[in-house]
Amino acid sequence: MLDLDMGKYAAFVWPAWGLSAVVLAALTARALTSARRWSAELKRLEDEPRS
Amino acid sequence: MFGLANPDRFLRFTRPLTPVLWGLAAVLLAAATWFSFIAPEDYQQGDTVRIMFVHVPAATLGLMAYAALGVSSFFALVFRHPLADAAARAAALPGAAFTALALVTGSLWGKPMWGAWWAWGDARLMSVLILFLFYLGYMALRASIDDEAKAARAAAVLGLVGLINLPIVKFSVDWWNTLHQPASLLRADGPSMSAVFLTPLLMMMAAWTALFLAIWLTSIRTEIIRRRVLSIRARRALEA
Repeated sequence: MLDLDMGKYAAFVWPAWGLSAVVLAALTARALTSARRWSAELKRLEDEPRS
Repeated sequence: MFGLANPDRFLRFTRPLTPVLWGLAAVLLAAATWFSFIAPEDYQQGDTVRIMFVHVPAATLGLMAYAALGVSSFFALVFRHPLADAAARAAALPGAAFTALALVTGSLWGKPMWGAWWAWGDARLMSVLILFLFYLGYMALRASIDDEAKAARAAAVLGLVGLINLPIVKFSVDWWNTLHQPASLLRADGPSMSAVFLTPLLMMMAAWTALFLAIWLTSIRTEIIRRRVLSIRARRALEA
């Protein structure tokens, strides 16, 4: 059964999991947004009409 | 192996691979989280055993990412290949984040189980703190030198030197008497852990590994593209 009652250790288990979730989400977001930003910039430069 | 070192071929080859890794990481993370909370309480550690399911993967990936950084630095120094430098650079931030997580979650586990947040005399804790400082030094060094080629070479030397610390982290629990427990997974007589905890732990480690690979590959690709943008900008600036 799913057990989400951490009893007297809730103050240690949840911060450990919560912090891990935040850090993994931030790493993911950073990797994906910077990938999108630089790809868009490369495309813009390549599409730019050469003078 | 060196065929893939061509940036164009690398971009083409990893293009279909990255979404697969991101998807795999998401599925594994969800499943491993579920299994982490249906596992029973440990008879000695109670619910704090669930901290293990994030602490051990964080520490393992902190080491693995540094191995990736160090080996890439070696190839960057010896073969002067830009892809190797991009790979080293891309491993630094996720590696530092994983190592920081290992330190903080370890602290949150140490307080209820050892009665202390931190122990300055403990060889495992200190060697992991040094690992974290190597990451910080690596990133600070890169950021402090404007000339990117010079920054890359200096950082590669530092990255290579830091490899010495990896076996010290791994074997610190055998070489010295530490508060930290010895290895439970990679030991000569096989894992010394009940299957109810071993299963979610191994799933979680697979999930974090997939996520690291997804982040790393994506960031290497971004780094190649970023350099392309910078060189186009520089060329156009000259032409103008």
